[in-house]
Amino acid sequence: MKSQPRALYYLNIITLVLLAAATLVVFLYAPVELQMGRVQKVFYFHLSAAWVGMIGFAVSVIAGIAYLITRQRKWDVAGYAAVEVSLVFFFIAIVAGSIWARRTWGTWWTWDPRLTSAAIVELVYAAYLMLRQGIEDPDRRARFGAVYAIVAFISVPITFLSIRILRTIHPDLNQSDSGGMGLTPKMVQTLMFSLFVFSFVFADLFWHRLRLGQLGEKIEQLRLKVSE
Amino acid sequence: MPDTSPPAPPPPRSSLSAFIQAVRAIIWKDLAAELRSRELISAMLVFSLLMILIFNFALELDTQAKANITSGVLWATFAFAGTLGFNRSMATEKDRGCLDGLLLAPVDRSAIFFGKAIGNLVFMLIVEAIILPVYSVLYNTNLIIPGLLLVIVLGSVGYVAVGTLLASMAVQARTRDVLLPILLFPVAIPVLIAAVKGSGGFLEGARMADITPWLNLLVVYDVVFIAVAFMIFDYVVEE
Repeated sequence: MKSQPRALYYLNIITLVLLAAATLVVFLYAPVELQMGRVQKVFYFHLSAAWVGMIGFAVSVIAGIAYLITRQRKWDVAGYAAVEVSLVFFFIAIVAGSIWARRTWGTWWTWDPRLTSAAIVELVYAAYLMLRQGIEDPDRRARFGAVYAIVAFISVPITFLSIRILRTIHPDLNQSDSGGMGLTPKMVQTLMFSLFVFSFVFADLFWHRLRLGQLGEKIEQLRLKVSE
Repeated sequence: MPDTSPPAPPPPRSSLSAFIQAVRAIIWKDLAAELRSRELISAMLVFSLLMILIFNFALELDTQAKANITSGVLWATFAFAGTLGFNRSMATEKDRGCLDGLLLAPVDRSAIFFGKAIGNLVFMLIVEAIILPVYSVLYNTNLIIPGLLLVIVLGSVGYVAVGTLLASMAVQARTRDVLLPILLFPVAIPVLIAAVKGSGGFLEGARMADITPWLNLLVVYDVVFIAVAFMIFDYVVEE
């Protein structure tokens, strides 16, 4: 069995260094927010994780379409890997957001549009994983996975929109204006750096997950060969 | 002596009319089967009545129940009854090998989708047409409002389009019965929100300006998902 490719090995190291650097930047470079205090620092990783999660879901739909067109198994492995990694990132984003909300809004959770949409996205992709688990035939699993990834990705913006309309007709007292948070230049720089670093974290984990998927494929094929 | 020669092949027709004929044949098959067995609609109907009964105790529904609760109860009932129907209608195709037969037929695959979806829609509308007056009587309100009926039709169309597509995948999985609601509900949330809010608006007699966004959303959802299902249904049933 091949060990990790050299590039992946270096990527691991770069990612670890960057992640440590990002942590330092968040705690030492970024100023403490006046009203929210130190808990605001969770915001940098929160937004980065959410962003990276979104990218992963976009990758999954691209991989899904590519699979349906080319029928190459590698696209299926890529789509599955992207969803799995993104689901974790998105969950991290929700948990980090919760920690932030506890201090700022005084509650772990509110039914604000963004939070509600995030919860639904998480459930949609959890359903994707359950669909795949329920199917044994690899070709069918790949096909259904691709189809569901497409349906899910199209439904998410409409869900977002519908929840937006819901909350603008019925204004919510807890609604935040986090878009208008006064960010100082240093905060913006920190945020950008976190985004950059999290993209590396995603790339690294995605690569590992891809390799895992490919090895899994190989095992499945070997098992078929043995049973024949 | 009777003429035993095979009937002349039908004159070639345009692909559109052939498509429509295939869709009609599938709908007719579903309706005829249902007319004889009556298993699907009766199951959906009894289930819906039970749901309303449960909501009655769970939410203390009374004649003064607010309009928004009524629309919520109605749509929760329709959504669950719908999944029951979609699953059943696809499972019968799958279990008795009918789906393979349909797939062997020289018709466009999407005609199968539209046939099944319209059949499901008819079943769902029949159930809704029975539930609405029953609910009206039980809770002494009038649910037969043109606007509400419009919302119910629009909502059912979108729900059935996605439901039929996902049910055709769910029945091919090992965990078929539990899988459909899990797949369907998260992606059907926009249609459920819009339908609940639109119905509630008409029941409360809200201004049209407040209801229009929901109607628009329902139309958008219907169009988008009918188009998506039309394009990707081929990939679901192939093999």
